[in-house]
Amino acid sequence: MASKYESLVRPPLVDGTKTYHQVTEDIVRPIEAPPTRAWWIGFIISVILLLFGAYSIYREVTYGVGQWNLNKTIGWGWDITNFVWWVGIGHAGTLISAILLLFRQGWRTGVNRAAEAMTIFAVMCAGQFPIWHMGRVWMAFFVMPYPNTRGPLWVNFNSPLLWDVFAISTYFTVSLLFWYSGLLPDLATIRDRAKLKWRKHMYGVLSFGWTGSTKHWQRHESLSLVLAGLSTPLVLSVHTIVSFDFATSVIPGWHTTIFPPYFVAGAIFSGFAMVQTLLLVTRKVLKLEDYITIEHIEVMNKVIVLTGSIVGIAYLTELFISWYGANKYENWAFFQNRLNLFSPYGWSYWLMMGCNVLSPQIFWFRKMRRNIVVTFFMSVIVNIGMWFERFVIIVTSIYRDYIPSSWATYYRPTIWEVGFYLGTFGLFFTCYFLFSKFFPVIAIAEIKHILKRSGESYKAKMVDVEAKTVEEYYHETQHAHH
Amino acid sequence: MAVKKFVVGCFEEEDVLFNAVKKVRKAGYKLHDVYTPMPIHGLDTAMGLRDTSLHTAGFVYGITGTTIALSSISWIFTTDWPLDIGGKPHLALPAWVPICFEFTVLCAAVGMVLTFCYLCQLAPFVKKHHFDLRATDDKFVMVIECTDKTNVEEVKAFLSGAGAQEINVQHAETGWWLGRYDKERKLFEEKTETVTA
Repeated sequence: MASKYESLVRPPLVDGTKTYHQVTEDIVRPIEAPPTRAWWIGFIISVILLLFGAYSIYREVTYGVGQWNLNKTIGWGWDITNFVWWVGIGHAGTLISAILLLFRQGWRTGVNRAAEAMTIFAVMCAGQFPIWHMGRVWMAFFVMPYPNTRGPLWVNFNSPLLWDVFAISTYFTVSLLFWYSGLLPDLATIRDRAKLKWRKHMYGVLSFGWTGSTKHWQRHESLSLVLAGLSTPLVLSVHTIVSFDFATSVIPGWHTTIFPPYFVAGAIFSGFAMVQTLLLVTRKVLKLEDYITIEHIEVMNKVIVLTGSIVGIAYLTELFISWYGANKYENWAFFQNRLNLFSPYGWSYWLMMGCNVLSPQIFWFRKMRRNIVVTFFMSVIVNIGMWFERFVIIVTSIYRDYIPSSWATYYRPTIWEVGFYLGTFGLFFTCYFLFSKFFPVIAIAEIKHILKRSGESYKAKMVDVEAKTVEEYYHETQHAHH
Repeated sequence: MAVKKFVVGCFEEEDVLFNAVKKVRKAGYKLHDVYTPMPIHGLDTAMGLRDTSLHTAGFVYGITGTTIALSSISWIFTTDWPLDIGGKPHLALPAWVPICFEFTVLCAAVGMVLTFCYLCQLAPFVKKHHFDLRATDDKFVMVIECTDKTNVEEVKAFLSGAGAQEINVQHAETGWWLGRYDKERKLFEEKTETVTA
């Protein structure tokens, strides 16, 4: 009844006159229908990429990290670049599901499920890189702190690299739990509609016997809220900790206090870009334009222009501090290795600036924010730019170290390093294709929850209510309650 | 878990359901449960359900996580293996903040989800009786338990008066059992015992 005071300026979150049953039908239809030709083509390409990645990893394990052109000077190359990039991609999902839930942002319901799935797959891809980067990967269990038979040998709890182990594994676990607990009611919806035997059985197992009891909903809501409260600082902490991998070192170009907030902003920036890329395709292919509306896209573009500008300010601050700090090594890293267009990697710095800082400014224009083609194009540009940000930070800082005699002339990745990166794309899209085929890409129960409040037909009714005076309205609601 | 008798009413609108829940409680019928396709805020209060203490449990799990992380790291780095790492102090509290924080979140989240599953009896292969399959789609299903004194016809009439669209009577087990949703199996099969004299 407080809706009297809800502004009509806010457009509906669900287009068209939908009933609860219609919502179920629309979202479950792609799951019940056989996979389309486009789905098979995309899926097969993803699997081929995945296999190529697996072969690249096989080469690396057999012959060592030299297969990736890594050496003493360039110890971190594409692998850690990709690691930081993929972790960053993951952040939008948790941000949408956790921070926006705490801030009571209704628009998250249309996009949260797909974004959370994206988070999980992105973190799975990210986790691959540090693990295979270890070289002797069969020793990977050494990062686990447990009383062991190797003497009193413990991990170094003071090392940011160990903090990473905890941060990424916690992030993955919590995101997975959050995502899956939200899926339970929707899986039950599919189970109860299922006509085929295998589907009844599969979704029966997956939905854990959910019934929709009020007490269960009450606990479910409480669980979601607390998980959101836990995930909110977690989102900020994960990329902060990833940035500590760099910021706590004494490498010129990495040793900066601005890294934690700057990395978090960059993560949200690239994550939202990836959400846009995926959802623009998903809504079109699965015909979900009524649920992922142009309003959703516009809101996310606003987040992109905001975080892109934060990242831009961070770049300028870095430059200013390296000049103001008057440390000649820092100065060299920023003004010679990066800013100088004629230095070996100068091109990558300017590519990063162009993609991340300049191009998103187009979203100051409403027309551009609501243009699907522009949004799709920009989302890809932003992801390229954010990849180059990590590349610039890593490679331009270490290819010329303190000893000029060990300067690398020019670092080029090998086919196997590129192949590993493509392989994670294969993993990511294979997972996403399977997800979009077998799971609801939109949270059905959450859409139903906001349908009455933010559906189009309801908004239309509100116009009549708004036309009434406060006294009339008060009189009416008083009667309705007795 | 014996088989009990229930009167089941299906509602179309949540507003009607809300009023019906209030009426049922006033009339003194034994409200078994209400099944809805989405969370309805305030319905738990209307039904007279106690607020959940899941969040308190989460807090306890979190504190436990912090304690475990902090105490084990300090024991390891000061007693079990005091190693000089770059001249840093053995008790390097600020450096342990990230791990302690992450472990707190991990324990709280995992503990809460497990507790949630335990309290709601949710697990793979758990099967329950579903009074109406459309309760996860678009129907709001109110279930009233029949006791010895309950007049079924009266309850039916009452539910229909409260706005229920469809009403039926079911015999069901209230608990859960391990089973598959594509196969009918109850917890207790009716067995005929053969007694040999």
